[in-house]
Amino acid sequence: MARLSAAPLPPRCRLLPAPLPLGLRALASYGGVSGQRRGAAAGSRGRLVKNYLQRREFSFTLRDDVYVRYQSFNSPQELEKEMQKMNPYKIDVGAVYSHRPIQHNSVHMGAFQAQEKELVFDIDMTDYDDVRRCCSSAEICSKCWTLMTIAIRVIDRALVEDFGVKHRLWVYSGRRGVHCWVCDDSVRKWSSAMRAAVVEYLTLVKGGSETIKKVNLTDPIHPFISNSLSLVEPYFEEYALVGQDILGSSESWEKVVALVPESVRESLLREFPKKHDSIQRWELLKKKMEKCKPSHAEWEIMLQYCFPRLDINVSRGVSHLLKSPFSVHPKTGRVSVPIDLRKLDQFDPFAVPTISCLCSELDMAHEEEDGEKENEAEPEPKRRTRDYKKTSLAPYVRVFEQFVEEMDKSRKGELLRKSDLQGDF
Amino acid sequence: MGGRVGRCRLVRGCQGAMTQHRCLRSPAMPECGRPVSRPVPSRPVPLVGGARAATLPSRGLPVSSEVVMRKPQQLAGGSQRVCLNLLTPGLKVTRFQFHLKKMEFSREKRLKARLAGDRRGDLYPHSLQFYLQPPTENISLAEFENFAIDRLKLLKVVENLGVSYVKGSDEYKSRLEREIRKLKFPFKALVEDDYDARRKDHISHFILRLAYCQSEDLRRWFIQQEMDLFRYRFNELTGDLVEKFLKYVNLSYGAISKEVKEKLAVQLLSSTPGLSGAKVEELEFYKVPLQEAMDLFRVRRVYLLNAFAYVPQTDIVAIVLNNYRTKLSKALALTARSLPAVQSDERLQPLLNHLSHSYVGPDYSIQKNIGKISLEHIDALSVKSFPLCMRQLHKALRDNHHLRHGGRMQYGLFLKGIGLTLEQALQFWKSEFIKGKVDADKFDKGYAYSIRHNYGKEGKRTDYTPFSCMKIILSNPPSQGDYHGCPFRHSDPELLKQKLQSYKIPPTGITQILELVKGMHYQLACQKYFQLTHDVDDIGFSLNHPNQYFAESQKLLSGGREVKKEPSEPENSQQKPSSQKSTSSCSIPISSNTEADTELEGLDAYFTED
Repeated sequence: MARLSAAPLPPRCRLLPAPLPLGLRALASYGGVSGQRRGAAAGSRGRLVKNYLQRREFSFTLRDDVYVRYQSFNSPQELEKEMQKMNPYKIDVGAVYSHRPIQHNSVHMGAFQAQEKELVFDIDMTDYDDVRRCCSSAEICSKCWTLMTIAIRVIDRALVEDFGVKHRLWVYSGRRGVHCWVCDDSVRKWSSAMRAAVVEYLTLVKGGSETIKKVNLTDPIHPFISNSLSLVEPYFEEYALVGQDILGSSESWEKVVALVPESVRESLLREFPKKHDSIQRWELLKKKMEKCKPSHAEWEIMLQYCFPRLDINVSRGVSHLLKSPFSVHPKTGRVSVPIDLRKLDQFDPFAVPTISCLCSELDMAHEEEDGEKENEAEPEPKRRTRDYKKTSLAPYVRVFEQFVEEMDKSRKGELLRKSDLQGDF
Repeated sequence: MGGRVGRCRLVRGCQGAMTQHRCLRSPAMPECGRPVSRPVPSRPVPLVGGARAATLPSRGLPVSSEVVMRKPQQLAGGSQRVCLNLLTPGLKVTRFQFHLKKMEFSREKRLKARLAGDRRGDLYPHSLQFYLQPPTENISLAEFENFAIDRLKLLKVVENLGVSYVKGSDEYKSRLEREIRKLKFPFKALVEDDYDARRKDHISHFILRLAYCQSEDLRRWFIQQEMDLFRYRFNELTGDLVEKFLKYVNLSYGAISKEVKEKLAVQLLSSTPGLSGAKVEELEFYKVPLQEAMDLFRVRRVYLLNAFAYVPQTDIVAIVLNNYRTKLSKALALTARSLPAVQSDERLQPLLNHLSHSYVGPDYSIQKNIGKISLEHIDALSVKSFPLCMRQLHKALRDNHHLRHGGRMQYGLFLKGIGLTLEQALQFWKSEFIKGKVDADKFDKGYAYSIRHNYGKEGKRTDYTPFSCMKIILSNPPSQGDYHGCPFRHSDPELLKQKLQSYKIPPTGITQILELVKGMHYQLACQKYFQLTHDVDDIGFSLNHPNQYFAESQKLLSGGREVKKEPSEPENSQQKPSSQKSTSSCSIPISSNTEADTELEGLDAYFTED
């Protein structure tokens, strides 16, 4: 008793060296919930769900970039314990395998197979470097963040309307991009060919450094493209013409003019200097384009500058690993938090809680608590969960909880439906 | 010839020599001096003398030419039979039937015996099939081999035609038909009494499955060619037979109702290229689950709504193909799992390995020329002997002091293939990267791993093979900031033109190259580039690997000046003809007859002993 009060919980950050996924402990303390998110809606029975976590690959990045793959855990508690022991800088989540990943060496080579994984998307700001003027490589700012907003809008619409997907979790990666986890039952079983096909369907910007014109539209314009365009359009003026000012200087408009048909290039280059700003020049370009009809250059420019650019390799591989939600980005210290799609436009990557601010918030919470009541016989995990509700992480945790609830609900619905069907016999 | 001691006691009835089995079980053993690729051990026919065999790279062996092709003649005498049950994935085969009979039946007799049965019609109701049921009869090893080789030939033809002609064009069709006819596969759906052809089609497909399930690259190649073959054959079916076939393989989908069609008319019209409004009205549209329409929605040729694809009846072939692909790739994965059982049969394993290795010639994973390149030569070599894709990567690396992952893979493995050792590779990449934003420490942590990984020193320790043209063209297209890929495939024609101009390619040559690019003949375009840069009229090989490009170029450049560069150059050029042969579509001359004959004599003596 005396010991307890004499040694109140040490400040968490002292337990954890520098940028450690404190947030992940929140995740682990979700115990059933978080473990189940990955396994979520696994098969139809609870037993299967439990089995899921055991066959799920986790991998840790330790100090000095030591990378440990094929970790697996029997229970969320075990995962949490291991995390405290190993102090990983980064945690990646992989596929569900036919066997426990930790035993991958003890089963026959061919037998160890990745069986299921969420469909994941990784959108990275670096891939937009040729069309961003504000920042480059890993840097982001509020200006170019609009690109991520557009990307989420476009991809999310297609996922829901075209592919009939229900459960998507969009997550800020902590630094320069966003991830999407698609967790529907059927989707998790998709083959890598299917995943690649989906990414191809969603890809309009094609080509590397050796390609200038990366979007080529041909008639007829597929509904996916026209739907996406109508999502890009509202952002275009504000983002590209004002924010990025893509027609602001001769240097930058030359890049744009290179994308229009040759016949109008010269006259555009002649007339652009006479206009005052990007918006006027864009108007001029649109007018010119009306005259040479079969071309879709105007749209192609919009798409090349704004359309989401997916990394196909991340999405395609069933066994590909992706950083776990709620982990802390090792470079920025920001927690990788879920994004609430209803407030997508307000999402600010710079307002995301960082590890240090979480630590101080937690300490403060404890001090208050310690002042009020000495100790309460409350189980540790539960208390921790409550703790996180007092930090700035709370709203994000709520988004996550809602997501999990949704999934639970639809799984139960599915179960009911199935048992109904069986009852008929 | 490696010492042939005692009789094999591993397999009852096997005539193989003891050493041979040992050799087969551990193909790496160098001292036995027998090429691993020896088919059918039951009669030990050492085809190549020990000393010479050792100098040949086991993978670059003139596989299809010398060894396999001669085999049937030798086998004609005996009828060793294989129970085809082993082709059934998942079926546990503990012991194969293994008869060794003196010639009892003539082939004709056997044929008659088989035809007498009335199961002919039931077995193959259609000329085309999804190959769902594996064959179960017993066939002779000779037939086993013949079938396999014929189908391999056919698939190679399919591959070559696919590169040189537009798929589905008349030229493509007629050439393919000729080949199918020649190899006696079923070529017309309606021909009656083509039981033999159908049987051959069936059995040979399953044999190649065994040979081509072993690695992802092999599977990809096999599936690609089988798909093309299937597409051709499906398109040859007449309307009636299409219906029948669809029913046969359980692929009948419900057409959407008129009301639904009216509601979706605009979307259907805009998502199906080449349709007019009136046509939409006449055409039937089928509502197909997403996954079965993969190839259609991938290229946005179909309307997607809520996990269903709305497929016009004209595109149903894509659905069938997609279905076939799914089934085939699943089956291959299954077969791979049961492969250990098959591989324990010493008669089959070498044959199967043979078959699979002859698919694109050597894969340049075994370095004959290791350590022959010095780092300071690379700049010069990149201009003289690198294919355009590698030259581009090299230049990008020198300019930016960095390459992204795709580029590092493609270029790094290529360099490995031309003989850079791991140490050299590490030094090469490091010296370049630290000129840029990466410091030595970061390089050691972040990049050195993947280089060692490429050399099979990390992770699952696979010794990665350099990328072939097919792989570079088809998979992982470059995106922002990438310099990998095939410049003929992935560059803007305008940029390509400028680049070629800057490399001093004559204008006429550039026009020719761009013409080929336009026709999507990227490898031919590269071949043309080779001709122009090496000033030869006919290069005498068909190009399908960047490392092949390099080797051929080196051969050509050093050829005139005799073996100046390396002492081991002749060895290199010895390997070359083999690659040519196996790539130029199996037109296989039989070489070194004398050697084989003497060995056959030895064999006969061996046999009479029995």
